[in-house]
Amino acid sequence: MSQTPLGLVRAAPAAPYTFTFDGRILTALPGQTLAAALWAAGIMSWRTTRGGGAPRGVFCGIGVCHDCLATVNGRPNQRACLVAVQPGDVVTVQEGTGHDATR
Amino acid sequence: MTPPVDLAVVGAGPAGLAAAVRAAGLGLSVALLDAGERPGGQFHRYPAPGLRAARPEALHHGWRHFARRLRQLETGGVTYLPRHHVWTVARGDGCWLLHAVVGPDETPATVRARAVLLATGAYERQLPFPGWTLPGVVGAGGAQAMLKSGLVLPGRRVVVAGSGPLLLAVAASLAAAGARVPAVVEAADYRAYGRSLPAVLRTPAKLAEGARYGGGLLRRSTRLLTRHAVTAAHGTARVEAVTVTRLDDHWRPVPGTGRRVPCDALAVGHGLVPQLDLAVGLGCATRRTADDTHALVVDADQATTVPGIWAAGESCGIGGADLALTEGEIAADAVARTLHDVPADPRRHAALTRRRTRLRAFADAMAAAHRPGPGWADWLDDATEVCRCEEVTAGRVREAVAGYGAHDTRTVKLLTRAGMGWCQGRMCGQAVARLAGGEGAAAVESRPLSCPVPLRPLAQLPPEAEEFRA
Repeated sequence: MSQTPLGLVRAAPAAPYTFTFDGRILTALPGQTLAAALWAAGIMSWRTTRGGGAPRGVFCGIGVCHDCLATVNGRPNQRACLVAVQPGDVVTVQEGTGHDATR
Repeated sequence: MTPPVDLAVVGAGPAGLAAAVRAAGLGLSVALLDAGERPGGQFHRYPAPGLRAARPEALHHGWRHFARRLRQLETGGVTYLPRHHVWTVARGDGCWLLHAVVGPDETPATVRARAVLLATGAYERQLPFPGWTLPGVVGAGGAQAMLKSGLVLPGRRVVVAGSGPLLLAVAASLAAAGARVPAVVEAADYRAYGRSLPAVLRTPAKLAEGARYGGGLLRRSTRLLTRHAVTAAHGTARVEAVTVTRLDDHWRPVPGTGRRVPCDALAVGHGLVPQLDLAVGLGCATRRTADDTHALVVDADQATTVPGIWAAGESCGIGGADLALTEGEIAADAVARTLHDVPADPRRHAALTRRRTRLRAFADAMAAAHRPGPGWADWLDDATEVCRCEEVTAGRVREAVAGYGAHDTRTVKLLTRAGMGWCQGRMCGQAVARLAGGEGAAAVESRPLSCPVPLRPLAQLPPEAEEFRA
Protein backbone atom coordinates (compact mmCIF):
# COMPACT_ATOMS: atom_id res chain seq x y z
CA MET A 1 0.00 0.00 0.00
CA SER A 2 1.22 3.48 -0.73
CA GLN A 3 2.24 5.89 2.02
CA THR A 4 -0.17 8.39 3.58
CA PRO A 5 0.58 11.52 5.62
CA LEU A 6 -0.88 9.89 8.74
CA GLY A 7 1.21 6.76 8.15
CA LEU A 8 4.38 8.79 7.61
CA VAL A 9 4.27 10.35 11.08
CA ARG A 10 2.65 7.26 12.65
CA ALA A 11 -0.41 9.19 13.74
CA ALA A 12 -3.03 7.45 15.86
CA PRO A 13 -5.64 10.23 16.03
CA ALA A 14 -8.31 10.45 18.68
CA ALA A 15 -11.83 9.67 17.47
CA PRO A 16 -12.96 11.81 14.50
CA TYR A 17 -15.98 14.05 14.82
CA THR A 18 -18.52 15.38 12.39
CA PHE A 19 -19.35 18.78 10.99
CA THR A 20 -21.47 19.82 8.04
CA PHE A 21 -20.38 21.52 4.85
CA ASP A 22 -23.30 22.89 2.82
CA GLY A 23 -25.47 20.24 4.46
CA ARG A 24 -23.08 17.36 3.76
CA ILE A 25 -21.88 15.50 6.82
CA LEU A 26 -18.07 15.32 6.90
CA THR A 27 -15.58 14.13 9.49
CA ALA A 28 -12.54 15.92 10.90
CA LEU A 29 -9.69 14.59 12.96
CA PRO A 30 -9.22 16.39 16.28
CA GLY A 31 -7.11 19.51 15.85
CA GLN A 32 -7.32 19.65 12.06
CA THR A 33 -8.04 23.03 10.55
CA LEU A 34 -11.20 23.43 8.50
CA ALA A 35 -9.10 23.56 5.34
CA ALA A 36 -7.32 20.30 6.21
CA ALA A 37 -10.62 18.53 6.92
CA LEU A 38 -12.05 19.74 3.60
CA TRP A 39 -8.92 18.67 1.68
CA ALA A 40 -9.14 15.27 3.35
CA ALA A 41 -12.68 15.00 1.93
CA GLY A 42 -11.38 15.96 -1.53
CA ILE A 43 -13.01 19.40 -1.41
CA MET A 44 -10.71 22.11 -2.81
CA SER A 45 -13.00 25.18 -2.94
CA TRP A 46 -15.48 26.73 -0.49
CA ARG A 47 -15.79 30.33 -1.55
CA THR A 48 -16.91 32.19 -4.66
CA THR A 49 -15.44 35.57 -5.50
CA ARG A 50 -17.37 38.84 -5.28
CA GLY A 51 -16.82 39.80 -8.92
CA GLY A 52 -16.60 36.75 -11.13
CA GLY A 53 -18.17 34.21 -8.78
CA ALA A 54 -15.09 32.02 -9.28
CA PRO A 55 -14.37 29.13 -6.89
CA ARG A 56 -11.51 29.53 -4.42
CA GLY A 57 -9.95 27.51 -1.63
CA VAL A 58 -6.56 27.38 0.08
CA PHE A 59 -3.78 29.24 -1.67
CA CYS A 60 -1.07 30.44 0.73
CA GLY A 61 -1.97 27.97 3.49
CA ILE A 62 -0.59 30.22 6.26
CA GLY A 63 -3.26 32.87 6.79
CA VAL A 64 -1.80 35.59 4.55
CA CYS A 65 -3.80 35.50 1.30
CA HIS A 66 -7.36 35.27 2.69
CA ASP A 67 -8.43 33.18 -0.31
CA CYS A 68 -9.78 30.33 1.86
CA LEU A 69 -12.51 32.35 3.58
CA ALA A 70 -15.53 30.33 4.67
CA THR A 71 -18.69 30.95 6.63
CA VAL A 72 -18.56 29.03 9.91
CA ASN A 73 -21.66 28.88 12.12
CA GLY A 74 -23.06 31.88 10.27
CA ARG A 75 -19.94 34.00 10.71
CA PRO A 76 -18.37 34.84 7.34
CA ASN A 77 -14.71 35.55 6.49
CA GLN A 78 -13.12 32.84 8.62
CA ARG A 79 -9.74 31.73 7.29
CA ALA A 80 -10.20 27.98 6.86
CA CYS A 81 -6.43 27.41 6.95
CA LEU A 82 -6.28 28.82 10.50
CA VAL A 83 -9.51 27.88 12.28
CA ALA A 84 -9.75 24.44 13.86
CA VAL A 85 -12.93 22.49 13.16
CA GLN A 86 -15.14 22.04 16.22
CA PRO A 87 -17.58 19.15 16.57
CA GLY A 88 -20.94 20.09 15.06
CA ASP A 89 -19.66 23.14 13.16
CA VAL A 90 -21.97 24.29 10.38
CA VAL A 91 -19.83 25.39 7.44
CA THR A 92 -21.20 26.91 4.26
CA VAL A 93 -19.69 28.09 1.01
CA GLN A 94 -19.06 31.81 1.30
CA GLU A 95 -20.54 33.67 -1.64
CA GLY A 96 -19.04 37.08 -2.35
CA THR A 97 -18.58 39.12 0.80
CA GLY A 98 -20.45 36.48 2.80
CA HIS A 99 -22.77 39.14 4.15
CA ASP A 100 -25.49 38.95 1.48
CA ALA A 101 -27.04 35.76 2.92
CA THR A 102 -27.19 37.14 6.44
CA ARG A 103 -29.01 40.36 5.60
CA MET B 1 -0.29 48.54 35.87
CA THR B 2 2.26 45.71 35.84
CA PRO B 3 5.81 46.77 34.98
CA PRO B 4 6.91 46.20 31.38
CA VAL B 5 8.76 43.00 30.55
CA ASP B 6 12.41 43.37 29.62
CA LEU B 7 11.95 41.85 26.16
CA ALA B 8 8.93 41.17 23.99
CA VAL B 9 9.64 38.78 21.12
CA VAL B 10 7.21 38.80 18.20
CA GLY B 11 7.08 35.44 16.43
CA ALA B 12 7.72 31.96 17.82
CA GLY B 13 9.47 30.51 14.78
CA PRO B 14 13.11 29.38 14.92
CA ALA B 15 14.53 32.89 15.49
CA GLY B 16 11.98 34.08 18.04
CA LEU B 17 11.91 30.85 19.99
CA ALA B 18 15.71 30.68 20.20
CA ALA B 19 15.91 34.32 21.26
CA ALA B 20 13.16 34.08 23.89
CA VAL B 21 14.60 30.96 25.50
CA ARG B 22 18.13 32.34 25.45
CA ALA B 23 17.10 35.74 26.85
CA ALA B 24 15.14 34.12 29.69
CA GLY B 25 18.19 31.97 30.44
CA LEU B 26 20.22 35.17 30.81
CA GLY B 27 17.80 36.46 33.46
CA LEU B 28 15.55 38.72 31.38
CA SER B 29 11.78 38.75 31.80
CA VAL B 30 10.48 37.72 28.38
CA ALA B 31 7.08 37.68 26.66
CA LEU B 32 6.84 35.66 23.43
CA LEU B 33 3.87 36.67 21.28
CA ASP B 34 2.88 34.51 18.34
CA ALA B 35 -0.10 34.43 15.97
CA GLY B 36 -0.11 30.63 15.76
CA GLU B 37 -1.73 27.99 17.93
CA ARG B 38 1.57 26.28 18.70
CA PRO B 39 5.20 27.46 18.74
CA GLY B 40 7.51 26.68 15.84
CA GLY B 41 6.39 29.17 13.21
CA GLN B 42 6.00 28.05 9.61
CA PHE B 43 9.20 26.01 9.62
CA HIS B 44 8.33 23.85 12.61
CA ARG B 45 4.62 23.53 12.05
CA TYR B 46 3.57 20.25 13.57
CA PRO B 47 0.34 18.30 13.95
CA ALA B 48 -2.20 19.25 16.61
CA PRO B 49 -1.94 17.08 19.74
CA GLY B 50 -5.27 15.39 18.85
CA LEU B 51 -3.66 13.86 15.76
CA ARG B 52 -1.26 12.00 18.06
CA ALA B 53 1.68 11.82 15.68
CA ALA B 54 4.32 9.48 17.09
CA ARG B 55 6.94 10.58 14.57
CA PRO B 56 6.39 14.28 13.71
CA GLU B 57 10.11 14.48 12.93
CA ALA B 58 9.45 12.54 9.70
CA LEU B 59 8.39 15.88 8.17
CA HIS B 60 11.07 18.03 9.79
CA HIS B 61 14.72 18.99 9.94
CA GLY B 62 16.35 19.84 13.24
CA TRP B 63 13.48 18.38 15.24
CA ARG B 64 15.72 17.43 18.19
CA HIS B 65 16.91 21.00 18.75
CA PHE B 66 13.38 22.27 18.34
CA ALA B 67 12.04 19.78 20.90
CA ARG B 68 14.72 20.90 23.34
CA ARG B 69 13.71 24.52 22.95
CA LEU B 70 10.05 23.61 23.41
CA ARG B 71 10.92 22.03 26.76
CA GLN B 72 12.89 25.14 27.70
CA LEU B 73 9.90 27.25 26.72
CA GLU B 74 7.76 25.28 29.15
CA THR B 75 10.21 25.43 32.02
CA GLY B 76 12.37 28.46 31.35
CA GLY B 77 10.32 31.42 32.56
CA VAL B 78 9.15 32.75 29.20
CA THR B 79 5.60 34.14 29.16
CA TYR B 80 4.39 32.44 25.98
CA LEU B 81 1.33 34.09 24.40
CA PRO B 82 -0.02 32.01 21.49
CA ARG B 83 -2.84 33.24 19.19
CA HIS B 84 -1.61 36.81 19.76
CA HIS B 85 -1.44 38.56 16.42
CA VAL B 86 0.51 41.78 16.99
CA TRP B 87 -0.91 44.36 14.63
CA THR B 88 1.26 47.30 15.62
CA VAL B 89 4.11 48.30 17.93
CA ALA B 90 3.84 51.82 19.30
CA ARG B 91 5.93 54.06 21.56
CA GLY B 92 4.47 54.30 25.05
CA ASP B 93 5.61 56.21 28.10
CA GLY B 94 9.16 54.89 28.54
CA CYS B 95 8.40 51.53 26.94
CA TRP B 96 7.08 49.89 23.80
CA LEU B 97 3.42 48.92 23.44
CA LEU B 98 2.64 45.80 21.47
CA HIS B 99 -1.01 45.78 20.47
CA ALA B 100 -2.45 42.41 19.56
CA VAL B 101 -5.74 40.78 18.70
CA VAL B 102 -6.15 37.43 20.40
CA GLY B 103 -7.77 34.28 19.11
CA PRO B 104 -10.75 33.83 16.80
CA ASP B 105 -12.77 36.33 18.83
CA GLU B 106 -10.12 38.99 18.18
CA THR B 107 -9.99 40.18 21.79
CA PRO B 108 -7.63 43.16 22.18
CA ALA B 109 -4.48 42.79 24.31
CA THR B 110 -1.46 45.01 24.92
CA VAL B 111 2.00 43.96 26.13
CA ARG B 112 4.48 46.54 27.42
CA ALA B 113 8.19 45.96 26.98
CA ARG B 114 11.53 47.72 27.41
CA ALA B 115 12.95 46.12 24.26
CA VAL B 116 11.38 44.41 21.26
CA LEU B 117 12.74 41.64 19.05
CA LEU B 118 10.95 41.25 15.75
CA ALA B 119 11.11 37.67 14.45
CA THR B 120 8.17 37.95 12.11
CA GLY B 121 9.44 35.56 9.43
CA ALA B 122 8.35 35.52 5.85
CA TYR B 123 5.63 34.52 3.45
CA GLU B 124 5.86 33.06 -0.02
CA ARG B 125 6.47 35.13 -3.12
CA GLN B 126 3.97 34.42 -5.89
CA LEU B 127 4.23 35.28 -9.56
CA PRO B 128 0.89 34.97 -11.37
CA PHE B 129 0.25 32.92 -14.51
CA PRO B 130 -2.95 32.02 -16.39
CA GLY B 131 -4.99 29.64 -14.24
CA TRP B 132 -3.21 30.32 -10.95
CA THR B 133 -6.53 31.08 -9.23
CA LEU B 134 -7.92 27.58 -9.92
CA PRO B 135 -8.64 25.45 -6.86
CA GLY B 136 -5.83 22.94 -6.49
CA VAL B 137 -3.16 25.53 -7.30
CA VAL B 138 -1.58 26.19 -3.91
CA GLY B 139 1.56 27.78 -2.57
CA ALA B 140 4.49 25.39 -2.32
CA GLY B 141 5.06 26.52 1.24
CA GLY B 142 1.30 26.35 1.77
CA ALA B 143 1.15 22.72 0.68
CA GLN B 144 4.04 22.02 3.05
CA ALA B 145 2.29 23.84 5.91
CA MET B 146 -1.00 21.98 5.34
CA LEU B 147 0.86 18.68 5.29
CA LYS B 148 2.95 19.38 8.39
CA SER B 149 0.05 20.59 10.52
CA GLY B 150 -3.04 18.86 9.11
CA LEU B 151 -1.51 15.71 7.59
CA VAL B 152 -3.27 16.26 4.27
CA LEU B 153 -2.23 16.49 0.62
CA PRO B 154 -3.63 18.84 -2.04
CA GLY B 155 -3.93 16.00 -4.56
CA ARG B 156 -2.56 12.66 -5.64
CA ARG B 157 -0.44 13.87 -8.51
CA VAL B 158 1.21 17.14 -7.58
CA VAL B 159 3.52 19.19 -9.81
CA VAL B 160 5.92 21.38 -7.77
CA ALA B 161 7.04 24.57 -9.53
CA GLY B 162 8.53 28.03 -9.14
CA SER B 163 11.99 28.82 -7.90
CA GLY B 164 14.13 28.48 -4.82
CA PRO B 165 15.59 25.85 -2.52
CA LEU B 166 12.22 25.31 -0.81
CA LEU B 167 10.85 23.49 -3.87
CA LEU B 168 13.00 20.39 -3.40
CA ALA B 169 12.08 20.16 0.27
CA VAL B 170 8.38 20.50 -0.55
CA ALA B 171 8.56 17.89 -3.30
CA ALA B 172 10.40 15.49 -1.01
CA SER B 173 7.81 15.91 1.76
CA LEU B 174 4.84 15.49 -0.57
CA ALA B 175 6.39 12.37 -2.12
CA ALA B 176 7.28 10.90 1.28
CA ALA B 177 3.65 11.41 2.36
CA GLY B 178 2.38 9.43 -0.63
CA ALA B 179 1.79 11.98 -3.41
CA ARG B 180 3.11 11.34 -6.89
CA VAL B 181 5.31 14.24 -7.93
CA PRO B 182 5.77 13.93 -11.70
CA ALA B 183 7.99 16.99 -11.96
CA VAL B 184 9.80 19.70 -10.02
CA VAL B 185 9.88 22.71 -12.33
CA GLU B 186 12.59 25.22 -11.37
CA ALA B 187 12.87 28.50 -13.29
CA ALA B 188 16.48 29.16 -12.31
CA ASP B 189 19.55 27.22 -13.32
CA TYR B 190 21.25 25.38 -10.48
CA ARG B 191 24.53 25.99 -12.28
CA ALA B 192 24.18 29.60 -11.14
CA TYR B 193 25.27 28.38 -7.70
CA GLY B 194 28.70 27.90 -9.27
CA ARG B 195 29.15 31.66 -9.43
CA SER B 196 29.32 31.69 -5.64
CA LEU B 197 31.24 28.48 -5.24
CA PRO B 198 33.24 29.41 -2.11
CA ALA B 199 30.09 30.32 -0.16
CA VAL B 200 28.37 27.14 -1.27
CA LEU B 201 31.33 24.91 -0.46
CA ARG B 202 31.66 26.35 3.04
CA THR B 203 28.21 25.00 3.94
CA PRO B 204 28.52 21.24 3.37
CA ALA B 205 25.45 20.53 5.53
CA LYS B 206 23.27 22.50 3.15
CA LEU B 207 24.71 20.69 0.14
CA ALA B 208 24.05 17.35 1.79
CA GLU B 209 20.49 18.40 2.50
CA GLY B 210 19.95 19.29 -1.17
CA ALA B 211 21.54 16.05 -2.33
CA ARG B 212 19.34 14.04 0.03
CA TYR B 213 16.17 15.65 -1.34
CA GLY B 214 17.36 15.25 -4.90
CA GLY B 215 18.37 11.61 -4.43
CA GLY B 216 15.08 10.70 -2.76
CA LEU B 217 13.11 12.31 -5.56
CA LEU B 218 15.08 10.57 -8.28
CA ARG B 219 14.32 7.23 -6.65
CA ARG B 220 10.66 8.18 -6.85
CA SER B 221 10.97 8.99 -10.57
CA THR B 222 10.39 12.72 -10.22
CA ARG B 223 11.74 14.74 -13.14
CA LEU B 224 13.74 17.81 -12.20
CA LEU B 225 13.40 20.43 -14.91
CA THR B 226 15.53 23.55 -14.47
CA ARG B 227 15.06 26.69 -16.60
CA HIS B 228 11.42 25.74 -17.00
CA ALA B 229 8.24 27.22 -15.58
CA VAL B 230 4.58 26.38 -15.28
CA THR B 231 3.18 29.05 -17.59
CA ALA B 232 -0.49 28.01 -17.35
CA ALA B 233 -2.80 25.84 -15.26
CA HIS B 234 -5.82 24.26 -16.91
CA GLY B 235 -9.16 23.03 -15.59
CA THR B 236 -12.63 24.24 -14.70
CA ALA B 237 -13.59 23.37 -11.12
CA ARG B 238 -10.00 22.51 -10.24
CA VAL B 239 -6.63 22.14 -11.90
CA GLU B 240 -6.40 19.17 -14.27
CA ALA B 241 -3.11 19.87 -16.04
CA VAL B 242 -0.36 22.46 -16.31
CA THR B 243 1.69 23.73 -19.24
CA VAL B 244 5.42 23.51 -18.61
CA THR B 245 7.53 25.77 -20.82
CA ARG B 246 11.26 26.24 -21.28
CA LEU B 247 12.65 29.65 -20.26
CA ASP B 248 15.51 31.69 -21.69
CA ASP B 249 18.13 33.40 -19.52
CA HIS B 250 15.70 36.18 -18.66
CA TRP B 251 12.83 33.82 -17.75
CA ARG B 252 11.04 34.58 -21.03
CA PRO B 253 9.05 31.54 -22.19
CA VAL B 254 10.61 30.01 -25.32
CA PRO B 255 7.81 29.80 -27.93
CA GLY B 256 6.85 26.31 -29.03
CA THR B 257 8.35 24.50 -26.04
CA GLY B 258 5.20 24.19 -23.92
CA ARG B 259 3.92 20.74 -23.03
CA ARG B 260 1.01 19.62 -20.93
CA VAL B 261 1.55 17.67 -17.73
CA PRO B 262 -1.58 16.12 -16.18
CA CYS B 263 -1.94 16.65 -12.43
CA ASP B 264 -4.65 17.29 -9.86
CA ALA B 265 -2.68 19.86 -7.87
CA LEU B 266 0.15 22.34 -8.37
CA ALA B 267 2.35 23.56 -5.51
CA VAL B 268 4.04 26.77 -6.64
CA GLY B 269 6.21 29.49 -5.12
CA HIS B 270 9.10 31.77 -6.02
CA GLY B 271 11.05 32.08 -2.80
CA LEU B 272 10.11 33.95 0.33
CA VAL B 273 9.39 37.59 1.17
CA PRO B 274 10.35 38.98 4.58
CA GLN B 275 7.36 40.05 6.65
CA LEU B 276 8.21 43.65 7.60
CA ASP B 277 4.97 45.41 8.48
CA LEU B 278 5.68 45.98 12.17
CA ALA B 279 9.27 47.07 11.51
CA VAL B 280 8.37 49.43 8.66
CA GLY B 281 5.62 50.90 10.84
CA LEU B 282 8.28 51.70 13.43
CA GLY B 283 10.53 53.34 10.85
CA CYS B 284 13.23 50.62 10.69
CA ALA B 285 15.43 51.00 7.62
CA THR B 286 15.31 48.30 4.94
CA ARG B 287 17.68 47.12 2.23
CA ARG B 288 17.13 45.53 -1.17
CA THR B 289 18.14 41.85 -1.25
CA ALA B 290 19.85 39.87 -4.00
CA ASP B 291 16.55 38.25 -5.00
CA ASP B 292 14.60 41.52 -5.24
CA THR B 293 12.82 41.64 -1.93
CA HIS B 294 13.36 43.98 1.00
CA ALA B 295 14.84 43.00 4.35
CA LEU B 296 15.66 44.88 7.54
CA VAL B 297 18.98 46.61 8.02
CA VAL B 298 20.57 45.23 11.20
CA ASP B 299 24.01 45.73 12.77
CA ALA B 300 26.38 43.10 14.18
CA ASP B 301 24.15 42.83 17.28
CA GLN B 302 20.96 42.33 15.20
CA ALA B 303 19.81 45.81 16.25
CA THR B 304 17.63 47.61 13.70
CA THR B 305 18.11 51.30 12.93
CA VAL B 306 15.47 52.15 15.58
CA PRO B 307 17.06 52.05 19.06
CA GLY B 308 15.34 49.47 21.27
CA ILE B 309 14.13 47.34 18.36
CA TRP B 310 16.08 44.20 17.42
CA ALA B 311 15.32 41.72 14.63
CA ALA B 312 16.32 38.17 13.77
CA GLY B 313 15.53 35.51 11.20
CA GLU B 314 13.90 35.83 7.79
CA SER B 315 12.89 39.48 8.32
CA CYS B 316 16.62 40.32 8.13
CA GLY B 317 16.93 38.48 4.79
CA ILE B 318 15.83 34.97 3.83
CA GLY B 319 18.40 32.49 5.09
CA GLY B 320 16.70 29.45 6.56
CA ALA B 321 16.17 28.08 10.04
CA ASP B 322 19.82 27.58 11.02
CA LEU B 323 20.64 31.21 10.29
CA ALA B 324 17.46 32.31 12.08
CA LEU B 325 18.46 30.39 15.22
CA THR B 326 21.92 31.92 15.14
CA GLU B 327 20.60 35.45 14.70
CA GLY B 328 18.06 34.91 17.48
CA GLU B 329 20.77 33.90 19.93
CA ILE B 330 23.02 36.80 18.95
CA ALA B 331 20.12 39.23 19.40
CA ALA B 332 19.19 37.80 22.81
CA ASP B 333 22.78 38.16 24.02
CA ALA B 334 22.87 41.75 22.76
CA VAL B 335 19.59 42.70 24.46
CA ALA B 336 20.81 41.17 27.75
CA ARG B 337 24.05 43.14 27.47
CA THR B 338 22.18 46.36 26.71
CA LEU B 339 19.49 46.11 29.40
CA HIS B 340 21.24 44.21 32.20
CA ASP B 341 24.95 44.55 31.43
CA VAL B 342 25.18 40.76 31.08
CA PRO B 343 28.72 40.33 29.74
CA ALA B 344 29.12 38.46 26.47
CA ASP B 345 30.98 35.16 26.46
CA PRO B 346 33.66 36.05 23.90
CA ARG B 347 34.18 32.51 22.57
CA ARG B 348 30.48 31.88 22.19
CA HIS B 349 29.99 35.26 20.56
CA ALA B 350 32.82 34.62 18.08
CA ALA B 351 31.43 31.20 17.17
CA LEU B 352 27.90 32.56 16.62
CA THR B 353 29.23 35.42 14.52
CA ARG B 354 31.32 33.12 12.32
CA ARG B 355 28.33 30.87 11.82
CA ARG B 356 26.13 33.81 10.87
CA THR B 357 28.68 35.05 8.33
CA ARG B 358 28.98 31.62 6.70
CA LEU B 359 25.21 30.96 6.52
CA ARG B 360 24.49 34.50 5.32
CA ALA B 361 26.98 34.09 2.46
CA PHE B 362 25.27 30.86 1.44
CA ALA B 363 21.83 32.50 1.62
CA ASP B 364 23.00 35.40 -0.52
CA ALA B 365 24.33 32.95 -3.12
CA MET B 366 20.94 31.21 -3.20
CA ALA B 367 19.09 34.50 -3.43
CA ALA B 368 21.17 35.65 -6.40
CA ALA B 369 20.69 32.33 -8.21
CA HIS B 370 16.92 32.34 -7.77
CA ARG B 371 16.25 36.02 -8.44
CA PRO B 372 13.28 36.16 -10.84
CA GLY B 373 14.31 37.14 -14.36
CA PRO B 374 12.46 40.10 -15.85
CA GLY B 375 10.87 38.03 -18.64
CA TRP B 376 8.36 36.17 -16.52
CA ALA B 377 5.70 38.81 -17.15
CA ASP B 378 5.58 37.50 -20.74
CA TRP B 379 3.58 34.48 -19.58
CA LEU B 380 0.73 36.72 -18.37
CA ASP B 381 -2.04 37.16 -20.91
CA ASP B 382 -4.35 40.15 -20.47
CA ALA B 383 -7.12 37.97 -18.98
CA THR B 384 -4.90 36.62 -16.18
CA GLU B 385 -6.00 37.85 -12.79
CA VAL B 386 -3.04 39.50 -11.09
CA CYS B 387 -4.76 40.64 -7.89
CA ARG B 388 -6.58 37.61 -6.53
CA CYS B 389 -8.55 39.54 -3.91
CA GLU B 390 -9.97 42.27 -6.10
CA GLU B 391 -9.99 40.18 -9.31
CA VAL B 392 -7.93 42.69 -11.29
CA THR B 393 -6.54 41.35 -14.56
CA ALA B 394 -3.13 41.97 -16.11
CA GLY B 395 -4.97 43.74 -18.93
CA ARG B 396 -6.42 46.31 -16.56
CA VAL B 397 -3.06 46.88 -14.89
CA ARG B 398 -1.41 47.30 -18.31
CA GLU B 399 -4.14 49.75 -19.30
CA ALA B 400 -3.50 51.77 -16.13
CA VAL B 401 0.20 51.86 -17.01
CA ALA B 402 -0.03 52.50 -20.77
CA GLY B 403 -3.26 54.53 -20.82
CA TYR B 404 -3.08 56.51 -17.61
CA GLY B 405 0.64 56.74 -16.92
CA ALA B 406 0.73 54.74 -13.69
CA HIS B 407 4.35 53.80 -12.98
CA ASP B 408 4.26 52.46 -9.44
CA THR B 409 2.17 50.05 -7.41
CA ARG B 410 0.46 52.82 -5.50
CA THR B 411 -0.90 54.56 -8.58
CA VAL B 412 -1.93 51.24 -10.12
CA LYS B 413 -3.74 50.44 -6.89
CA LEU B 414 -5.62 53.74 -6.91
CA LEU B 415 -6.69 53.24 -10.52
CA THR B 416 -7.53 49.52 -10.46
CA ARG B 417 -7.86 48.38 -6.82
CA ALA B 418 -5.00 45.88 -7.36
CA GLY B 419 -3.49 45.32 -3.91
CA MET B 420 -6.43 46.85 -2.05
CA GLY B 421 -8.09 43.63 -0.87
CA TRP B 422 -7.82 41.29 2.08
CA CYS B 423 -4.16 40.37 1.53
CA GLN B 424 -3.11 44.02 1.10
CA GLY B 425 -0.95 43.31 -1.92
CA ARG B 426 1.10 40.53 -0.37
CA MET B 427 0.22 38.14 -3.20
CA CYS B 428 0.23 40.55 -6.17
CA GLY B 429 2.78 43.20 -5.11
CA GLN B 430 5.70 41.78 -7.08
CA ALA B 431 3.60 41.29 -10.19
CA VAL B 432 2.06 44.74 -10.12
CA ALA B 433 5.48 46.32 -9.60
CA ARG B 434 6.82 44.46 -12.63
CA LEU B 435 3.85 45.38 -14.83
CA ALA B 436 4.15 49.01 -13.71
CA GLY B 437 7.56 49.04 -15.32
CA GLY B 438 9.84 48.33 -12.39
CA GLU B 439 12.71 45.93 -12.87
CA GLY B 440 12.00 43.89 -9.79
CA ALA B 441 11.18 44.56 -6.20
CA ALA B 442 7.92 46.07 -5.19
CA ALA B 443 8.41 49.24 -3.15
CA VAL B 444 8.42 48.65 0.59
CA GLU B 445 4.74 48.73 1.48
CA SER B 446 3.76 50.55 4.61
CA ARG B 447 0.82 48.76 6.26
CA PRO B 448 -0.06 50.49 9.55
CA LEU B 449 -2.09 47.41 10.58
CA SER B 450 -0.21 44.18 10.03
CA CYS B 451 -3.45 42.14 9.94
CA PRO B 452 -7.17 42.88 9.73
CA VAL B 453 -8.27 44.46 13.03
CA PRO B 454 -11.91 44.97 14.04
CA LEU B 455 -12.90 48.53 14.89
CA ARG B 456 -13.62 47.72 18.54
CA PRO B 457 -9.98 47.11 19.60
CA LEU B 458 -8.99 50.31 17.81
CA ALA B 459 -11.66 52.27 19.69
CA GLN B 460 -10.63 50.67 22.99
CA LEU B 461 -6.95 51.57 22.79
CA PRO B 462 -5.61 53.02 26.05
CA PRO B 463 -4.93 56.77 26.05
CA GLU B 464 -1.15 56.27 25.93
CA ALA B 465 -1.57 54.99 22.38
CA GLU B 466 -3.36 58.17 21.35
CA GLU B 467 -1.46 58.45 18.06
CA PHE B 468 -3.41 55.51 16.66
CA ARG B 469 -6.73 57.13 17.31
CA ALA B 470 -5.89 60.33 15.53
